[in-house]
Amino acid sequence: MKKVLAMILALSLVLSLAACSGGSGDSTSGGDAQQSGDSSASGGDAQQSGDSSASGGDAQQGGDSSAPSGDTVRIGVFEPSTGDSGPGGKQEMLGMQYANKETPTVEIGGKTYNVELVYADNGSTSDKAPTAAAELVSKGVSLVLGSYGSGVSMAGGPVFNDAGLCAIGVTCTNPGVTAGNDYYFRICFLDNFQAQVLVNFAQDKFSAKKAYLLGELGNEYDQGLITFFEQTFTSAGGEVVKDSFPSNTSDFTTFLNKAVSVGADVIFCPVSIAYATQIIKQAASMNLEIPLLGSDTLDSNKVLEAAQGSGVQLYVSTFYQEGGSAAFDDGIKAWLNEDSTAMTNNGGNDTIAAVTAMGYDAYYVALEVLKSAGSLDLAAIKAALPGVTYTGVSGAIGFDATGDAVRDTAYIKTSDNANGVWTLETVQTAS
Amino acid sequence: MKRETKSSAWMVLLGAAVLLVLVTALENTLDPTSNIMLFTALKKGAVYALVAVSMNLLNGFTGLFSLGQAGFMLLGAYTYAILTIPVESREAVYYIYNGCAINFSLPELLGGGPVGLVLGVVLALILGGCVAAAVAWLIGLPVLRLKSDYLAIATLGFGEIIRAIFQWDKLGPVTNGANALKSFPTFSTFNIPGGLRLSTFMAFLLAGVCIAVIVLLINSTYGRAFKAIRDDEVAAEAMGIHLAKHKRLAFCISSFFAGVGGGMFAMFANQAQAKNFTTAMTYEILLIVVIGGIGSVSGSCIAAFLYVAASEWWLRFLDTETVLSNGFKVPFLRTGFRMVVFSIIIMIVVLFFRRGIMGDKEITDLLRPRRKEGRAK
Amino acid sequence: MQYAISILLSGVSLGGQYALIAIGYTMVYGILRLINFAHGDVFMVAGLMMVYLSAALPLAAALPLVLLLTVLLGFLIERAAYKPLRTAPRMSVMISAIGVSYLLQNLATYATGGLPQMYPEIPGLSATVTIAGVSIKWATIVTPFLVVILVVALTQLIHHTKTGMAMRAVAKDFETAQLMGIRLNAVISVTFVIGSFLAGVGSCLYFTNYQSVVPLSGALPGLRAFVAAVFGGIGSIPGAVVGAFIIGLSESIIKGSDWSVFSDAFTFALLIVILVVKPTGLFGEKVTDKV
Repeated sequence: MKKVLAMILALSLVLSLAACSGGSGDSTSGGDAQQSGDSSASGGDAQQSGDSSASGGDAQQGGDSSAPSGDTVRIGVFEPSTGDSGPGGKQEMLGMQYANKETPTVEIGGKTYNVELVYADNGSTSDKAPTAAAELVSKGVSLVLGSYGSGVSMAGGPVFNDAGLCAIGVTCTNPGVTAGNDYYFRICFLDNFQAQVLVNFAQDKFSAKKAYLLGELGNEYDQGLITFFEQTFTSAGGEVVKDSFPSNTSDFTTFLNKAVSVGADVIFCPVSIAYATQIIKQAASMNLEIPLLGSDTLDSNKVLEAAQGSGVQLYVSTFYQEGGSAAFDDGIKAWLNEDSTAMTNNGGNDTIAAVTAMGYDAYYVALEVLKSAGSLDLAAIKAALPGVTYTGVSGAIGFDATGDAVRDTAYIKTSDNANGVWTLETVQTAS
Repeated sequence: MKRETKSSAWMVLLGAAVLLVLVTALENTLDPTSNIMLFTALKKGAVYALVAVSMNLLNGFTGLFSLGQAGFMLLGAYTYAILTIPVESREAVYYIYNGCAINFSLPELLGGGPVGLVLGVVLALILGGCVAAAVAWLIGLPVLRLKSDYLAIATLGFGEIIRAIFQWDKLGPVTNGANALKSFPTFSTFNIPGGLRLSTFMAFLLAGVCIAVIVLLINSTYGRAFKAIRDDEVAAEAMGIHLAKHKRLAFCISSFFAGVGGGMFAMFANQAQAKNFTTAMTYEILLIVVIGGIGSVSGSCIAAFLYVAASEWWLRFLDTETVLSNGFKVPFLRTGFRMVVFSIIIMIVVLFFRRGIMGDKEITDLLRPRRKEGRAK
Repeated sequence: MQYAISILLSGVSLGGQYALIAIGYTMVYGILRLINFAHGDVFMVAGLMMVYLSAALPLAAALPLVLLLTVLLGFLIERAAYKPLRTAPRMSVMISAIGVSYLLQNLATYATGGLPQMYPEIPGLSATVTIAGVSIKWATIVTPFLVVILVVALTQLIHHTKTGMAMRAVAKDFETAQLMGIRLNAVISVTFVIGSFLAGVGSCLYFTNYQSVVPLSGALPGLRAFVAAVFGGIGSIPGAVVGAFIIGLSESIIKGSDWSVFSDAFTFALLIVILVVKPTGLFGEKVTDKV
């Protein structure tokens, strides 16, 4: 009897929580809508773009509704949808999903194939990544796209390598991803390049002499960028103060105050989205006047939302700036406004993150690769991949000998806190 | 009685041998691409089985509640990785620190080739275990005086401290700071190109040998002393068991095998990174021990495979939105649901099947009662 | 100077927030001898509920409702996950607590989809104020005072009411208390209700300061608060509060120094030292082993 009672209680607890969570999906978007409603400017902006591209959305729907028939080619999506990098991974997937919606078929060797995206959540941790990678291998995918976050790419890499399966990294910027792995390629720039760009920017714009560097302890992405930044900055005559915070930290006020007290000219914090929102919120409440520099991870709606209405000066280096391709911007915005799940995954509004544009380009690069390989044979794909070139919305893409993209420009954008949008600051090259 | 334990020992040995042959046969007959999930789950299961058994030795057989397992695994994983990365790859792995402070690699020192590889890997794993055991000895000096929960929380704290030290960038030339160590020999290195595939076999062999050693230990006088301490410390002391010495011994041995398990985990994960060895990992292993039955070696092994397969393989479909053929969209299915279902299953096991799969019995015990009955007649 | 003040203020406010969580740990441990690992996650769930409810309801209605739901959650967790294990060994209960913590985190991941959620602004608490050149939120200033008020109220409750007396009796001796006619389950439920209520209040202050809520938000404050409870002598409420302020301040000072890498490690090192030197903590009672 007691057991039954306990069982019922346990179930009711679980159900009530599940009910809570079930309802939450709707209320989240409601909350976000409210928040964006506060600043009339951004709300109006979103609506405008929604109207202008409604017809484009209809056209895509027609393409999507064709019944899946004939042969299918599977493209693996190796992205995090949970964990630290979950928000970023989801935005990257949006680009692929939209591209897949736009172009659901590919012609390989004179035959038309339907493209199916196969997902595996690598959970943002490198101990879950090998199984997620194995999952994709077992599903018989022809090519893998991903991941957001370099650690998981490095952990999954050897699995793809063993299976002879090619992977195209979308926004994994750590040099270790492609080094020593013949099957890993990428379409984004590298951390040393990104750090160089940001150092140049800090020196050009703010004539910075002293920088405060803050990253998560034990996170190779943060620490890698910080090390490169330090190397470049000090060799250019600057001085740095470095700090690391343990995972799951919420209190950054001490770190920010430290930056003030050491007299830093810029703060460089290449952290994941969750920490970035905290840092910006806290910087806003203490009226921080030092400009914050961020890496590509900070180019997110959530970060923008955190900065909105505050006096924080935020600059991020990134792969794409809205307005780079009007057709892509309008199309994806229409899709986002139509698909509520996609909207939630994008963080509740239709600002396009650079990683979404990169995901979009990655999908088309994958199609190019399949076309030029002419078959679904993994060896043929491997042989064809290095020679593929493609001009996407984020610029021209080609691969060098190690499999890295040949890229020499990065966009630096700043947050327009009054309107809650990104504005292009400058286009920076490494030299 | 004596003959009985002997015969069951033979049975276990035979069973292990059959298992090894079976695994090798499976790996070489099944298509490695479409069945990769099976082999990945088997490899990870073998690693977790070893670590769970090592934790069981401490928690289940000696009654010391320690939550430092992930910390000791970290020590083993890093020791293994640092000692086996080929010298020529070191520059690339330690690219931030312009090369490694330690410039030799055991497999190469031992002559390279297949023989050097096997010897080097085994030696590095053992050394990894030794480092973990040595650190455990040091930690044990102050900590083992603590009782139950306090011991748990203190060891948990040590795990976190070890992690912070390994992530410290001042030690970068040795530990590679925040960056992962990679390029060292992994399980798939043992696949002979064009010949036998031995990666899963290696995982099973290494884990099997270690577990066998632990079982032998449990059945020795030391093992009986451990159990006496678990059942009643005061009584055990009165019987002349040196409490401090035996506790320290159990702690060191458990940490040794956790270290070896950590090295094997690095082989499985293709990299070693301090970030992964969190308290969450210790909890995972603890849950395996509980599901298998506290105080049962075979239970821990079975539970490890079930746990890994369920969490990473069988339940994965729960993460993808599914629309049935008749257009019905299955409710709840989206990212994260897998882990929700999985944690509910764990809660049900913890609450309603408190003794776990095996209780404190072993596989061999299940076969024995029948024979006893026969003899009684 | 300004920097020193800012470190001090941030330390005091952290300490106050840890204190509110630590009381929950220490009370449960005092009575059940159970480390309630799920307590930090209850704290996180309280934050998430506030995010969702404040989007649908006016703040004046959402805040009490969140506190009520948090209390209910604490109560349900005790009934569902700990009560059936009352006679089981302590390790099983602790594992059940770990399981609940795991479940809450996974549910939160499922609900939020892993996206960080922005905690709403609470009028009054979210406003900033400048003290000696350091600009901080009102929540930071309010926290220590609120903690003191709540602790005084709590000690009054424990020392001067019948329920309080029953709680003390149960903490002293489980079985004898039961023989004296004290309804054990009711007392334990009250403990969890109080603990969860304080965690709810704590989450309100904490997330007003640090606005984004993620599924793991509760893990670190939870662990720190537990360390604080042990440090102060587990089972003692003033001990937990003093411990929490010491932990909060030392964390803040370490973060401000050149050793920020070890801010987490230091907390644990402190814990181990205190456990080894004085296992019962600063204010803990000496327990003797009975054969």
